[in-house]
Amino acid sequence: MKTYTNTGNKDTRSGFGAGLTELGKTNENVVALCADLIGSLKMDEFKANHPERFFQVGIAEANMIGLAAGMTIGGKIPFTGTFANFSTGRVYDQIRQSVAYSDKNVKICASHAGLTLGEDGATHQILEDIGLMKMLPGMTVINTCDYNQTKAATIAIAKHHGPVYLRFGRPKVANFTPEDQNFEIGKAVQLTEGNDVTIVATGHLVWEALEAAKTLNDQGISAEVINIHTIKPLDDKAILDSVSKTGCVVTAEEHNYLGGLGESVARVLAQHQPTPQEFVATNDTFGESGTPAQLMEKYGLNANAIVKATETVLKRK
Amino acid sequence: MPNTQQLQDLTTQVRRDILRMVHKVNSGHPGGSLGCAEFFVSLYQEIMERNDSFDMDGIGEDLFFLSNGHISPVFYSVLARSGYFPVDELNTFRLIDSRLQGHPTTHEGLPGVRVASGSLGQGFSVALGAAETKKLNNDNHLVYSLHGDGELQEGQNWEGIMYAAANNVDNIISTIDLNGQQIDGATDDVLPMGSVRAKFEAFGWTVVDIENGNDIDAILKGMAEAKSLTGKGKPVCVLLKTVMGNGVDFMMHTHAWHGKAPNDEQLAIGLSQNTETLGDY
Repeated sequence: MKTYTNTGNKDTRSGFGAGLTELGKTNENVVALCADLIGSLKMDEFKANHPERFFQVGIAEANMIGLAAGMTIGGKIPFTGTFANFSTGRVYDQIRQSVAYSDKNVKICASHAGLTLGEDGATHQILEDIGLMKMLPGMTVINTCDYNQTKAATIAIAKHHGPVYLRFGRPKVANFTPEDQNFEIGKAVQLTEGNDVTIVATGHLVWEALEAAKTLNDQGISAEVINIHTIKPLDDKAILDSVSKTGCVVTAEEHNYLGGLGESVARVLAQHQPTPQEFVATNDTFGESGTPAQLMEKYGLNANAIVKATETVLKRK
Repeated sequence: MPNTQQLQDLTTQVRRDILRMVHKVNSGHPGGSLGCAEFFVSLYQEIMERNDSFDMDGIGEDLFFLSNGHISPVFYSVLARSGYFPVDELNTFRLIDSRLQGHPTTHEGLPGVRVASGSLGQGFSVALGAAETKKLNNDNHLVYSLHGDGELQEGQNWEGIMYAAANNVDNIISTIDLNGQQIDGATDDVLPMGSVRAKFEAFGWTVVDIENGNDIDAILKGMAEAKSLTGKGKPVCVLLKTVMGNGVDFMMHTHAWHGKAPNDEQLAIGLSQNTETLGDY
């Protein structure tokens, strides 16, 4: 099977920061807003390079979303930056009315998503944001898997006209996708070929899916791993093509199973090709304090959990 | 000098539009709409520098944002009568397949509307964002916005109001419709806000009072003063004292017509108090 090399752990949020820095140099219409988390979002360099295009709004996320919506009028492309929790749940109605319903070209960039935010605990670990955002008409929802992909996605969404939710995280994780990749919104990336099971993963769970595929391969099970970086619009065809071959699927995400990637995949399968599916996701629960690795283990969001889910789904074929 | 009589005639016609629009669909918000008729007419006919055709980006012209979107009847009437879309389209207010939604939106592409509003308290932020972009674009035109007084109870307003002064957004004139009424009653009964002037001043805004916000001359004078105060490092707020339901005697000085349409008989009385001037749609 095809294997991937971790070129060194890096945080996805730094990929966002690097992408934003690049955009600052190449697209003068890009502006950035931050609600008192410049360091956490890695927006320092953009701010230093383009102080006139950087807006510190203070701890006032609702205002930040509205400002961003208004800034599009006159041709700017605003990128807002704060934690995923404060990027979505806290400002849902502002995004709904001023951005999504108003068709505004705002890029909502959300770091520290999911359990891997770690020690701060459940107040900050949102596991519902994908669901919140994918339900908004016209909203594109992206959850990138590593540094390189996050950088590429950040650059790509500036060229896409329309509201985008870009979700990434805090911890340093494997960086394994190509540095010079062409990020295509809505286009799944098939990472390995396999015949026994399809593993559809997003965000931090993509690397875990690759690790699981290696373990499964050792057991004689061939897994087809698909990186779904875009949850909406979902690449239905890539999923359907793969499950027609494998006959079962495991979905994996750092999110509640309610409202997440798994449900989106289940919807496609139920409609076109009913297929046994297992969900690697949190089970309708809040998180808690702990290290990222401890939390991913406790809540069943790692390679081991994907292997177990595969064993279960294979029996249902 | 503007021809005040022409503006007055237009205002009377706008009042008729408002009454007929909400009556036809037996829904909508006539009270606040009537109270702001003189303001909208003055704004679109005299105060704003605007292009005849609508362009979302609005570069090289003044922009207006309505935050309290429920007074859509007055907004739609004045937009139509200022040439943004056919006056006949006012017939479609709140009907299925209409561009004239209950609350204003860009979604159906109605010319003149730049953002959806209705869920209250979001207009300050949006208007401020547009003002920031005007500065980035070296566009010296102004951003105007209108907000209800009850609407100021929403917290997001104060995030924006704080931001504006801190960042010297001095190319904005935000008007508060001080009619003292909200759906459940007088603002002083629902949630007394104390001195709105003191609040804006404490937040670093320059405040202009228009004591009679239903008098066109007073509006033109007050808004001219407000305009003269822009570009001086501070955002400008206009406190526009209006009478909810103005121009229809039984609708005045009460919250009762905030969100209620007149019946046939009430419509007839209202129209009789506002004689047709420019022709009904």
